[in-house]
Amino acid sequence: MTDLATAPETHQHVPLRHPRLPAFAPLLAAGIAAAAAALIGMTLSWNLTGIVALAIVIHLVGLTLWSRTVENARAATDRLVTSLVWVALLIAMIPLVSLIWKVVQEGSPALNAKFLTWSMRNVIGEPGGIYHAIVGTLIITLAATVISVPIGLLSAIYLVEYGDQSKLARWIRFLVDVMTGIPSIVAGLFAYALFSILFGPGTQMGFGGGVALSLLMIPIVVRSAEEMLKLVPADLREASYALGVPKWRTIIKVVLPTAMGGIITGVTLAVARVIGETAPLLIICGGTDSVNFNPFHGQMASLPVFIYSSYTQPGSNPEILKTMAWGAALVLIIIVMALNLVARLAGKFFAPKRGR
Amino acid sequence: MTSVTTETGSPKRRLGDLVFANTTRAAGVTILVALAGVAIFLTAEGLPAVGAKAPDLKGHSNLLTYVAPLVFGTLLAAVIALVIAVPLALGVALSVSHYAPKPVAVGIGYLVDLLAAVPSVVYGLWGIGFLGPRLIPVYQWLADHLGFIPFFDGPASNTGRTILTASIVLAIMILPIVTAISREIFAQTPRLNEEAALALGATRWEMIRLAVLPYARSGIVSAAMLGLGRALGETMAVAMVLSASGVVTWDLISSTNPSTIAANVALTFQDATGLQRNALIASGLVLFVITFVVNFAARAIVERNDPGKAR
Repeated sequence: MTDLATAPETHQHVPLRHPRLPAFAPLLAAGIAAAAAALIGMTLSWNLTGIVALAIVIHLVGLTLWSRTVENARAATDRLVTSLVWVALLIAMIPLVSLIWKVVQEGSPALNAKFLTWSMRNVIGEPGGIYHAIVGTLIITLAATVISVPIGLLSAIYLVEYGDQSKLARWIRFLVDVMTGIPSIVAGLFAYALFSILFGPGTQMGFGGGVALSLLMIPIVVRSAEEMLKLVPADLREASYALGVPKWRTIIKVVLPTAMGGIITGVTLAVARVIGETAPLLIICGGTDSVNFNPFHGQMASLPVFIYSSYTQPGSNPEILKTMAWGAALVLIIIVMALNLVARLAGKFFAPKRGR
Repeated sequence: MTSVTTETGSPKRRLGDLVFANTTRAAGVTILVALAGVAIFLTAEGLPAVGAKAPDLKGHSNLLTYVAPLVFGTLLAAVIALVIAVPLALGVALSVSHYAPKPVAVGIGYLVDLLAAVPSVVYGLWGIGFLGPRLIPVYQWLADHLGFIPFFDGPASNTGRTILTASIVLAIMILPIVTAISREIFAQTPRLNEEAALALGATRWEMIRLAVLPYARSGIVSAAMLGLGRALGETMAVAMVLSASGVVTWDLISSTNPSTIAANVALTFQDATGLQRNALIASGLVLFVITFVVNFAARAIVERNDPGKAR
């Protein structure tokens, strides 16, 4: 050791570790950037958006330069990208927060008992209710579910239990994926064209909305049910076959109950996805101010269409109807969120008991 | 047990099995029939509009000149939305798959699901009542300072209901699907590739650039195309936010904007009569074909490069 230490310096000293910024460096940089931006923004009397944007820019530039001087260029790039990823996340979350805040703020004044139990029939110059729209939404969504679940579930059973890798099954799987991308308005136009040909031009009824929505719902049901059926262990099927149970009874008595939790979750999520669809209902169901319980006759109101028409064609009392539109939007969001929650709970509740 | 096998050795099909198998197959075929039915019925109801004249086509001389500007607007709005959404979505997806600690990543995933759950009409409401008015000064500034770029030619809209606002709302709406698919692909990157890169001294970004992104390239492309498909067909947000006049222009911030096929149908269908409705259905058929092709291509790319199948 002493020899080495006293030996003449023949080659350059190479440190084993690069200098690193301390672990709290990004937070420190963010804090300084925020303070600097606030100072500059306030002296120039900018609004909050401008100050935040400036803070982000200062943070990005500052941290990168600091890292470049202390560490090296590669580490600086790494820190820049890390910051950019978090900034992207921040930007993506802004709309969600502001949207929920805005809907709650504008919609909550409209909520009361009358709002939920009255229709808009003969209501002029005062706030009415959205009972007719809630009824319509429930009937139309129920119709869509009644059509979609049997077709979707049976198709999923075919794909997993019978079709497997056959040509037909592969085409169905592929086209179901393509179908998830069908624009909702096209589904509405399809239902309109179908009903025009079947029942005469210009037919509008609630059931048509169910047909249009089922076109959007079936692919979601098929995909989620297929995934769930695939998760059922082959052991269970084989044990059932070994006992001499026919395949179809095995599917109904063993495979479906095992996958039931996941299937219910998938169906609930599919309902949540289509319950807020507006465009198809605008075309095939029309809109009305009265309660209509008959899905096979006459125009039928629905929550999304009510929101749209109240806000864009408010008539003589724009303020009242716009408040009602926000209120209806709040109700719709609450319904969708509740369905999402139910879906998650159902998945837990119906999950097969694992005895071992 | 001897009696249940035939000479060929295959078990005898029971009646119940036969009925059940064919029922499930019929359900599967129903889906294909429904998809074909969309094309057939839209064609059947759209065909009468081929011979339509100016009064039924908002003054356009034939169906082609009626649909073409709408196709332009549809593509313009969707492409801008894509340009905004894809970088953000990749950032969010990376934060979930490679940056955030596990509990935070789960929380972010839940928030993105929440973003996907908001109905489109509520986005429309938010776009027209919140976002639009807040963008007016931005558009004014763009028109004043960047007016030499054709996109910001101006004069700036004083309602904020421009095609750029509509595209921003569209971008938010397609963000969840692009994020979800890229996130899935990123998470499937072979662990060994990542660790090999890190072991060679790569920083986290270099690891992502060398191991994750090349692996996920086709997945990102198809995620973007699926997002494009959504953006092309999205109706209500555009119909509510956009103040459309059906022109063809590159100016993104003025008060005269191109319309999109979907928004045009939603806005005019209720008041349309006779051949006008046939023309709208014909435009819907065009939209169906465009989105079908985009989705078909996207899914074909996923199918061909499905990492689950490759190894």
